[in-house]
Amino acid sequence: MIINVARKELKSMFASPMGWVILSLLMFAFGTYYLNGVNDYFAVMSGAMRPAERTGVTQFVGQMVYGFASFMVLFAVPLLSMRLISEERRSQTLPFLFSAPISLTEIVMGKFLGLVAFLGILVVFIGAMLCTLNIWADIDFGFILANSLGLLLMVASFSALGLYFSSLTQQPVVAAILTFVALFALMFLDRFFAGDPSNTLASLSLTRHFQSFSGGLIDTADIAYFGLFILTFLTLTVRRLDADRLRG
Amino acid sequence: MNNFTVEAIELTRLYGGREAVSNVSFTLSKGQVLGFLGPNGAGKSTTMKMLTGNLAPSNGSVKICGIDMIEHPKEAKALIGYLPEMRPLYKELTVDEYLTIAARLHRVSAGNIKKAVEIAKERCGLGHMSKRLIENLSNGYQQRVGIAQAIIHNPMVVILDEPTVGLDPIQIRDIRALIREVGAERSVIISTHILPEVEMVCDHVQIIDKGKLVFNGAIDVLKKQRIGNKLLIAMHNPPSTDELLKIAGVTEVEALSAGQMRVRFADDAAPAEAIVQAAVQNNWGLHQIAPDQTSLEDVFVQLTYQEQAVPEASVS
Repeated sequence: MIINVARKELKSMFASPMGWVILSLLMFAFGTYYLNGVNDYFAVMSGAMRPAERTGVTQFVGQMVYGFASFMVLFAVPLLSMRLISEERRSQTLPFLFSAPISLTEIVMGKFLGLVAFLGILVVFIGAMLCTLNIWADIDFGFILANSLGLLLMVASFSALGLYFSSLTQQPVVAAILTFVALFALMFLDRFFAGDPSNTLASLSLTRHFQSFSGGLIDTADIAYFGLFILTFLTLTVRRLDADRLRG
Repeated sequence: MNNFTVEAIELTRLYGGREAVSNVSFTLSKGQVLGFLGPNGAGKSTTMKMLTGNLAPSNGSVKICGIDMIEHPKEAKALIGYLPEMRPLYKELTVDEYLTIAARLHRVSAGNIKKAVEIAKERCGLGHMSKRLIENLSNGYQQRVGIAQAIIHNPMVVILDEPTVGLDPIQIRDIRALIREVGAERSVIISTHILPEVEMVCDHVQIIDKGKLVFNGAIDVLKKQRIGNKLLIAMHNPPSTDELLKIAGVTEVEALSAGQMRVRFADDAAPAEAIVQAAVQNNWGLHQIAPDQTSLEDVFVQLTYQEQAVPEASVS
């Protein structure tokens, strides 16, 4: 049942040009970064004489592309998540889902997974693009795997938050703006506490938890953070939809 | 184990202290079509939302084929097909895509989805619209897609909120035929403003006003109330009312304007002939005599605007 809701979401995503345009524009941007990364690698490494200054090509290009990707999804996810529930609210299609034999949790999970699957396409494509480096170099697949996992978790967290804000309003644009502001604040929270890195609030920052992945490290603490983040916002969304049913 | 398909037990819904629906109870059996009547804001849609599990009742419960909507919502919802007042259509999809999703969400098994979609399209006259985007369909066709969506999984109970809005007369006839067809083996609840429609398709009528059920009974009861034992006569030289009262069977005479009179008679009497004879003998100048039918509108207005309680007819 969750799968059916997810399929429906994917179908609507690809039924309008919106989905295709966002996918292709993002891939174009990542491709450009990838090319620049490869060019820069030669420029930088030819100047780096001492072995300590040298880094592997995977890390050099990968960090560039994944760093950029984690920043770009900040703009892409609100645009995609905004319509998930608010659009249905506005065009009054929610009763279609509510009167079908599926629970609210399944509806919310389905919508969430639909969006994550859509964004997963991007993660897979970025991974595949970086793997092409293997044609002429010997690359570190573990690094790419860790980064892909990190990006996927990050994108999933963004989607969960976007889904929640989408459930709060009837206006997709309002949902997009709220999501963007909230994500922006969460991303750069650690910058505000740059002077005091041990601050509790700073450790709420999404960027900080992405850092270990971007270094190629899969840390269970960070996975738990993202998992809890997703769980929190999905639960809030279910509760918000349940309130609709209870309060009308 | 009774065989009611729908049981509503003391349904009450509060909106911030105001009762939108209060204490509505009724039952529906297999093979019945129930018409829901009421002025705007009477609580028809709210009741329907509660029946379909879109809205939680503040008090009371709903049972679909004996399954409680609050305790086992998934099982109960699987037995219902619902078309809300605002058609829940995904306009960016084509008719086929939309109906396939509807079938899938309503647990039609994977092998039967194609067939179910075809049957639903055929029943609603949508065959030649399969590949069209719902957005580009006319209002009437969109309404048909909405109805197709509600019957696609062949549910035990079909609930349609104002199904004939926006349709042309021929489509309305088709839809009414469809409702009767579905109603023959399943249960159907429809709400409508069009009063003759109720007489045409429904076996049972409920009139709801200000959240309260003011009439609940078979359509025949309403019809009887409507036709009644009344004659409307018009004469050029009207006699006094006493003279008319002398005619056997006449119980009450009410003088209207310009020589018109309304005559009520006893249940088993047929005084029309006697009145005509008397009119000829006494040269009253009779030029019109006809059974006086109250229109359904009048009955409706009587029921919804009278403050005193109307005796509730029992459901068979």
